[in-house]
Amino acid sequence: MAKQLYNEPSPLETLVISKNFRKEGSETLDGYLANDGFKAFLKAKEMTPEAIIEEVKTSALRGRGGAGFPTGLKWSFVPRTSPKPKYIVVNADESEPGTCKDRLLMEYDPHQLIEGILIAGLAMDSHKGYIYIRGEYRFLIESMNRAIAEAYQRGYLGKNIAGTGFDFDLYTHSGAGAYECGEETALLDSLEGKRGVPRMKPPFPAVAGAWACPTLLNNVETFATIPAIIRDGGAAYAALGIPKAGGTRLLCISGHVNKPGVYEIPLGYNMMTAINELAGGMRGGKKLKAVVPGGSSCPILRADECDVAMDYDSIAKLGSMMGSGGMVVLDETTDMVKFALRIMRFYAHESCGWCIPCREGTTWLKKILQRFDDGGGRKDDVRVLGEVSKNMLGRTFCALGDAAAMPTISIVEKFSEDFDKRLAMQGSGLVTING
Amino acid sequence: MVKVKINGQEFEAEKGTLLIEAARQNGIEIPAFCYSEGYSLQAACRMCLVEVEGTPKLQVGCTLPVDVNRDGSPMVVHTESDTVKAARKGTLELLLTNHPLDCPVCDKGGECELQDMVFKYGAGESRYTETKVHTPEKQWSPVVFFDAPRCILCYRCVRACNEGMGVGALGVGNRGVVAEIIPNKHDHLECDECGACIDICPVGALTSGAYRYQTRPWEMNHVGTVCTHCADGCKTTLGVRDGEIMRGNNRDRSGINDEFLCVKGRYGYDFVNHPDRLQSPMLKNASGGFDPISWSQALSTIAKKFSEVKARNGKFGIIGSNHTTNEENYFLQKFARQGLGTKNIDHHRTGDLATLFDALSGKTNALATTGDLYTAKSVLVVGTDLSQQHPLLAFQARANYRHHAAHIYTVTTGEVREDHQAIAKVRVQKGGELAGVESLADKLKAEADLVIVFGDAIQGDTLRKLIAFGDSLGIPVKYIALVDYSNSRGAFDMGLTPKDGGLSREQMLAAADLDVLWVVGANPLKSASLSSASAFVVVNEMFMTETAKRADIVLPSASAYEKNGTVTNVTGEVQKLKQAIKVMGTKTDLEIAGSIAKEMGLNLGIWLPDKMLEEIRSTVHGYNVAMPILSTGGAAPTQPLNGRVAALPGTISSAGDTLFTSGTLSRYSKTLNSVMEAPGALYAKEN
Repeated sequence: MAKQLYNEPSPLETLVISKNFRKEGSETLDGYLANDGFKAFLKAKEMTPEAIIEEVKTSALRGRGGAGFPTGLKWSFVPRTSPKPKYIVVNADESEPGTCKDRLLMEYDPHQLIEGILIAGLAMDSHKGYIYIRGEYRFLIESMNRAIAEAYQRGYLGKNIAGTGFDFDLYTHSGAGAYECGEETALLDSLEGKRGVPRMKPPFPAVAGAWACPTLLNNVETFATIPAIIRDGGAAYAALGIPKAGGTRLLCISGHVNKPGVYEIPLGYNMMTAINELAGGMRGGKKLKAVVPGGSSCPILRADECDVAMDYDSIAKLGSMMGSGGMVVLDETTDMVKFALRIMRFYAHESCGWCIPCREGTTWLKKILQRFDDGGGRKDDVRVLGEVSKNMLGRTFCALGDAAAMPTISIVEKFSEDFDKRLAMQGSGLVTING
Repeated sequence: MVKVKINGQEFEAEKGTLLIEAARQNGIEIPAFCYSEGYSLQAACRMCLVEVEGTPKLQVGCTLPVDVNRDGSPMVVHTESDTVKAARKGTLELLLTNHPLDCPVCDKGGECELQDMVFKYGAGESRYTETKVHTPEKQWSPVVFFDAPRCILCYRCVRACNEGMGVGALGVGNRGVVAEIIPNKHDHLECDECGACIDICPVGALTSGAYRYQTRPWEMNHVGTVCTHCADGCKTTLGVRDGEIMRGNNRDRSGINDEFLCVKGRYGYDFVNHPDRLQSPMLKNASGGFDPISWSQALSTIAKKFSEVKARNGKFGIIGSNHTTNEENYFLQKFARQGLGTKNIDHHRTGDLATLFDALSGKTNALATTGDLYTAKSVLVVGTDLSQQHPLLAFQARANYRHHAAHIYTVTTGEVREDHQAIAKVRVQKGGELAGVESLADKLKAEADLVIVFGDAIQGDTLRKLIAFGDSLGIPVKYIALVDYSNSRGAFDMGLTPKDGGLSREQMLAAADLDVLWVVGANPLKSASLSSASAFVVVNEMFMTETAKRADIVLPSASAYEKNGTVTNVTGEVQKLKQAIKVMGTKTDLEIAGSIAKEMGLNLGIWLPDKMLEEIRSTVHGYNVAMPILSTGGAAPTQPLNGRVAALPGTISSAGDTLFTSGTLSRYSKTLNSVMEAPGALYAKEN
């Protein structure tokens, strides 16, 4: 029986980290070894740590978790000569609405991730790693554990890995269902067994992370990219993308398209091409209304803004972000009031409660939107939504408050006509409160 | 020192000072809720956001260290710009979205930081029109109530409990808008019940079960006096309305205890109006019961008896108190020695001060103060459960560990709270304390300096050996001999001791030919009996104790909260008591002794507290304390004795009280008895 994939691959993709996805047995160690598996690790073992980091810098890889921080630079911040133990922590707390790429990497190609972690271990002089997996991904914890057990059994983890003399232990750790724990310092607190709330920075995790030791923390996709960079060289990887944003990334297309799914694209890929060709165009031939470019926390783009290259800087020029690659496509039938409410229900539910603006602000916004959607909207609400969001923006402890405020600001600014329409319908009998 | 420019004015500040502190030092307020000096930083409330030139976003004033900019120019900060004001207004508006706006019926109204901040920085109106999150109020213990909707989640209580008290009974549960503070036992607290969480709460979320909804802050007079329970001498501020103590707290943080106050200091005042309180002199009748008599009748009967016994050279025994003031103690021993011509005077001695002073004679700077425990590089705790018996001293050592990484050592018979901070802990059998201390010699020699705090296990020869051990370390060593009660130290210093050949407490009780026993505020017959069947017994007491029951005449005395005077704490610091209330029918022990003297026709000086203090300052060694410190509510250190001290007869034994007990007094405190849920019993004794 042919392998069941979540979505059919597209010939338009540039396959680097997802190249094994469709291959039978790709989740097994044998399957991985048959496809250049652990070659990069053996190559890295012969390199100096500085050379590994230099290679990552050359690749122009930027963090795939959402913030897009240059990975090589982050790696260079970890004091590898520190007498303290150094830790590698993998952020697999993939919780951003719209994003569903890390699960495929762990499900289809777990050994690629393990190899990436080992190379990071070499570069950091670290011998212990943790994969912090979102609690809802229970099945992935199990499949990742299977892969780790297999790697231990075959000598690709543990003592004297593949005869190189390098030791590394890797563990999975389950999250407990908090979006906040995707924030790196909250993740570390949670990993240490504490309540998952963000830490004050500085010190940054590179200097004082897990158990106050130097810690390298990256997203699953970031680590999964490392073997390709070391194997084929940073320059070759960078050349796949555009300057300052090298290589490829997984784009999770969801929403009103014919073929939603996860596709690997080079950085700088055109957004309209992605919608119309990769994802098979708009569902039912409807008109495009808006696109969330990189997960629910990114400011929304109007249809007329969508003819844009998908890379960090081009999207930043539109006031939005590449985020974690969760692209949500919305057609003309979408009610932006409902959409804003759906997003805000998420953030109000997920706010950790640590700081006042996020804790109180998200719930306030949710309540206004809920009332508005229930038919109790007031003219003033759109203004208050914007003002409260701006009151939160940039004033919260971590980025969660911004993540809630930014899409709301963009929705009320760009789609105020949807709110006006709902106001006009009120009293017309078309909607009733709580109806 | 670096320069920092705040609101156009240039100041100097230590590099690395938190901006909020640097501003405060220069009289500029940066408002904050979650920032609490001395505790870990939270940056959670976002009230302290300020504008710093060169940074695009508003900066958090409570976590931003003052430093020069990269180009060497001073940091330029604006705390009152329009952006900052708008941010504060916005934060307060957000805070109030789920906060009940019922200040007129809130227990905190009038002394609420949120109320003050909203008046000062808030908007007149809120844009919030949605429903508020509501959860019912909870009772966590007899004395701690929690009203979650009022809570602004500043986490001060969590830190005060965990970092300050070392208890860690409070945490945070749930998340987002329904996140709330939760107690350690799911729905109730098991803790010291110290109420530090209540004091530090900026709003009306945590309220005191002993005080809530009984009055308003502005209806009370606030009397700062010294707690009468243990020997640590914490300042407790009593809220008094219409002659009744409504509460004790430490919100003004004016004493040597800074933010600390334990359960006894906060709630242990309610014995004053216990129904069993004696309010009239009592004369024993023929059937062994008591009949009330008038003060004049009582005083003249006593004076007559005392004069008669004195005239025939009879045997007196006087047992003083370790709760009464220095003035009372001084007057009592003067009464005994000069008025009655007896040396038989003693009190319940709970620590071996005589041997300590004698062994230290010739040494200077060898007695530690309360403050030394916070600044010493290392602290050695011997034979005491410090957190239970001397909670302020324990708090000081804990703060020292937290702020200065001081090295704490424990030598005890079992687990104590100080173990959590201890760099080394030694478990010994009772009597093995000195050997335990000696086993730490090598580690202690490596310390820069040391304070040794010891309980009654170290006395007599053992104490001399301890001091010899201290001398052998080759580092500066200071000592604290622990004594039990609010003026144990003062009782010793004022001379309530059988020096120069007097009878000790035990000898008085054992003397079959004792003619008069006068017990002032003590209960020696709780665990002993009086041999002399014919002795005329006078007892000054608040309650009908075991000793009072044996009395021929009982005189109702005033408590420490009902008089003026001074007391000396365990580390020899003198502080003033301030009278908070008057209980009808009672007299202070000074007035009682003075009146008896007057009836007897003795001239012992004017028995007013201030006059006595003058006399003490000129006659008692080391008590020439600075009046400005004393008069303004400060703690004036005494100069320790520095010469040979003769050994005293009699035994020395700690009463072994815990956090929730305090000799006779705690028996009559309804609140203390209601919260005795987790007493530490390591050094508790049946007494």
